[in-house]
Amino acid sequence: MKIPLSYSFRNLLTRRLTTTLTASGMALVVFVFATILMLAEGLRKTLVDTGSYDNVIVIRRASTTEVQSGIDRYQASIVETQPEIAIVQNGRRLAAKELMVIINLPKRGSEKPSNVTIRGINEQSLLLRPQVKLIEGRMPKTGSYEVIAGENITRRFRGCGMGEKLHFGMRDWTVVGAFRAGSTGFNSGIWGDVDQLMQAFRRPVYSSVTFKLRDASDFEVLKERIETDPRLTLEAKREIQYYADQSEMMTKFLRILGMSLTIIFSIGAMIGATITMYAAVANRTSEIGTLRALGFQRRNILFAFLVESMLMSIIGGFAGLFFASFMQFLTISTVNWQTFSELAFSFTLTGGIVYESSIFSIVMGFLGGVFPAFRASKMNIVDALSTR
Amino acid sequence: MHILKLIFRNTLRHKLRTALTILGITIAILAFGILRTLVSAWYSGVEASSSARLITRNSISLVFSLPLSYKEKIRQIPGVKGVSYAIWFNGAYISEKNFIPNFAVEPKTFLELYPEYVLPEDQKTAFIRDRKSAIAGRKVAERFQWKAGDTIILKGTIFPGAWEFVLRGIYYGAEKSADETQLFFHWNYLNERLKKTTPRRADQTGVYIIAIDDPDRAAEVSEAVDKTFKNSLAETLTETEKAFQMSFVTMTQAIVTVIQLVSFLVIIIIMAVVANTMSMTARERIGEYAIMKTLGFGGWHIAILILAESLVITMTGCVLGITLTFPGAEYFGKTMGNFFPVFDVSAMTLLLDVAASFFVGLIAAAFPTWHAVNIRIAEGLRRIG
Repeated sequence: MKIPLSYSFRNLLTRRLTTTLTASGMALVVFVFATILMLAEGLRKTLVDTGSYDNVIVIRRASTTEVQSGIDRYQASIVETQPEIAIVQNGRRLAAKELMVIINLPKRGSEKPSNVTIRGINEQSLLLRPQVKLIEGRMPKTGSYEVIAGENITRRFRGCGMGEKLHFGMRDWTVVGAFRAGSTGFNSGIWGDVDQLMQAFRRPVYSSVTFKLRDASDFEVLKERIETDPRLTLEAKREIQYYADQSEMMTKFLRILGMSLTIIFSIGAMIGATITMYAAVANRTSEIGTLRALGFQRRNILFAFLVESMLMSIIGGFAGLFFASFMQFLTISTVNWQTFSELAFSFTLTGGIVYESSIFSIVMGFLGGVFPAFRASKMNIVDALSTR
Repeated sequence: MHILKLIFRNTLRHKLRTALTILGITIAILAFGILRTLVSAWYSGVEASSSARLITRNSISLVFSLPLSYKEKIRQIPGVKGVSYAIWFNGAYISEKNFIPNFAVEPKTFLELYPEYVLPEDQKTAFIRDRKSAIAGRKVAERFQWKAGDTIILKGTIFPGAWEFVLRGIYYGAEKSADETQLFFHWNYLNERLKKTTPRRADQTGVYIIAIDDPDRAAEVSEAVDKTFKNSLAETLTETEKAFQMSFVTMTQAIVTVIQLVSFLVIIIIMAVVANTMSMTARERIGEYAIMKTLGFGGWHIAILILAESLVITMTGCVLGITLTFPGAEYFGKTMGNFFPVFDVSAMTLLLDVAASFFVGLIAAAFPTWHAVNIRIAEGLRRIG
């Protein structure tokens, strides 16, 4: 016969303070575990959404980012005329020769400067990136000193709001629009006319050429051709690969930090659970003796205590997840060392993370409770009954 | 004296429980120590900077360069003692994963301005004389087992091509905070090649490093420098080296804040564990406390008993944790070594360790103490287990 679940549950209720303390320790651990997974997921999502599978980006060989890269007009026009590039109305090729530089802008409020990317665009740039939508104002006119700014930038940097003016390259630039780009990295950028920006920065070379493939499977052939062309010193990457490579260091850092923290924290929480359960067993020695005398088996006792410990950790786990879910309202913005520019991403909760966190908390409860439960089940009936 | 004995005996009454709690604290202090060290590693560049140096960069951002012609103009500004220049080269050694900070510098003035990078005299002369040469920090030389005379090839990421250098010396830091993971080579070597390949990028430098007579006049000199180049094609932004380094930290402030937060969370978690242990302990002994009260011991005695026991546990854990922090930090520093040039446990971290353990011991004992002190004797005697 099994010991009813309510036995374990009521026992938790009797020792409210102890249960609360242990469960809140576990809640914190699950909170940290879930938050770090959410952060990693947010970063991954931002990067995956930023690139498109059938977009190809061409940069100078050996440069890892657009900022380091440089493509002169001659090389850019060779790339632009590759036959695999998709063609849109009027027979124009869906390719954008772009400039990407970094400027230092002060944040609103704190006035602390950070690095913001400026992208010089042409008419095709927006078509290449369907994620990007204008939410306010209009696109910058070709040949004018006008720019549009991503959502993350308009809010957080001084001079980047609608109608405000930015000063760089010896002239003023008016912000004429704001755009939203889902959860992509484009949100953290400013866009303006490429030719005007090249002039202003005295930089006569493009940074990259991005284009859409007519057929996504043409990539290998095209890559081979571009990289073996003796006139070109360039390399081609799929856009999604390019963005994933850019945050390799950050992803690795988050992973190492997350793993070590989770391991250390969970050891702490498991110790807490073990202490609590040992105490529970010690306090209830005569009770256990009685249960055994009533005919409950050793495995029933083992099971009852394990359930108690796991119940506690599940309560803690859910509390942790509950608080972690509020983290979704937060956006982290930091400079990515590899690109040396701002990248904003938010905590993202997925079903997978909820599942993993629940499993994690149950496992913690199990590991914390297993030794005390064994002790309880090993007790001799007579000895147990004779202790007071 | 007797009370000490009692505290000690009390602590050992539940050996397993005490051992587990101490283990918990040890781990928490270890984690706390490493996280704090991680945070201070973030600030190591700021820590190592000198107040007598200014950094001038292009006001648009660090990505843009400054013309070499600025050097003489800067030198003429009153208050300027010496000028050197450097450019972030970012070459990759074998693969991009082997991150080494590397700069093209003007060797003679650079070494004068950075007395904390110490080189044996013969190596110094050899480095300054040989245009194709480079010097590397002790740590990075150890990492790749380089020795003087070796040929090193860096793959340029900002400046394309393969760049070959002869290692002429290995520098070490005069102070502990000095970065021993960098590689420096001749700016001239870079420039000569740029003149041939991409002339528009030649005769440019990334930053100017300015030594000033009087650190108190830093603001004044900075302003004078920036004023000189106002309304030119490359306007400058001059700040103290500390502020310059700090700007890198503030850019990744979010990550630092997260780590700081987590380091406090670890303490809160362990506080829950210790508080739990202490409340269980006190609850089990309520009867004893009632008896002690009957015998005439005051509430203070009982408070001291519980508090001291809690502190004995946390402080033991603290000492163990600190002992483990050193090898732990060393290991962590090695795995993450590519990201952080300096990864040493600071005295401040140890102080925080002790403070945190003390605090945890105090808070954890507070509630049980309050309960034990206030319980009425009759009630206490009636309570069982």
